[in-house]
Amino acid sequence: MKAKITVSPKKAVLDPQGKTVQNALEHMGYKGILAVHVGKYLEIEVEGDREIVRQQIDEACRKLLTNPVIEDYQFTLE
Amino acid sequence: MNFAVLQFPASNCDQDAVHVLKNVLGHGASLVWHKDLSLGNVEGVVIPGGFSYGDHLRTGAIARLSPIMQAVQQFAANGGMVLGICNGFQILCEAGLLPGALIRNRSLQFRCEHVYLKAATTRSGFTRAIPAGQLLRVPIAHGEGCYFADESTIKTLQAKDQILFQYATAEGQLTDESNPNGSLLNIAGICNERRNVAGLMPHPERASEGLMGSTDGRLIFESWLQELAERSRPLAV
Repeated sequence: MKAKITVSPKKAVLDPQGKTVQNALEHMGYKGILAVHVGKYLEIEVEGDREIVRQQIDEACRKLLTNPVIEDYQFTLE
Repeated sequence: MNFAVLQFPASNCDQDAVHVLKNVLGHGASLVWHKDLSLGNVEGVVIPGGFSYGDHLRTGAIARLSPIMQAVQQFAANGGMVLGICNGFQILCEAGLLPGALIRNRSLQFRCEHVYLKAATTRSGFTRAIPAGQLLRVPIAHGEGCYFADESTIKTLQAKDQILFQYATAEGQLTDESNPNGSLLNIAGICNERRNVAGLMPHPERASEGLMGSTDGRLIFESWLQELAERSRPLAV
């Protein structure tokens, strides 16, 4: 199965990339853009018991794949 | 004194740190490979600058898992003094030895220039030799040096006098213009609560000889040496 992990900057953390992309989109004429947040996306191919995999991915997210000081994450197993 | 200078894949300020400790300051310093399990018989540890593991995932995120970091954790837990410079600061934050995190510079630019540092406290083994009010002119070279921590962590840093260095103007003012990366409170360096682990983004090892344009960085190493000398002196009974 595949774990699809989305990592995003925490709300309180300065996101200069998001701001720069927002400015660029506005320059291009796109209207109504309220905010842009730039994060990252990871895919992990994995096998095993679904519930155990879920726990392991969650633990890996906290211990390595994200830094809880600055990032939030969510993931799905497909 | 003897120092261990860690060497990760893509460390690039390791030799500079050894050079200053050995040839400029006249102490012992040797490189310790990140896969080693022991630091050897040393009084201090330097985690040098560079781009360990290509900065993949996040700066310092992979390096902190290297085998030698277990020894560094133990050394620090025993009260040993550790200084992380630039990438070393990032690694110490990822390893949980220092609070907070270092994120992309607010400008999104890699900044490579001399800055002025104000010692926010001289009550530490890394700043004690800095004369009151003297600013240090030291270079920075980083793309991810914006110090961030949540509000309560910042309050604790202030309350416990853990902020060591702040980016300032040549006159010593803490302004937005003097802040090269967007760090909260212009923070350039901090220490842990126990005051034996410190990290800073600027490079004191690149400002320790006249040839390099500034010798102000030596005050940081000299502070450290003073502290270690005092520690090794037997207490009077």
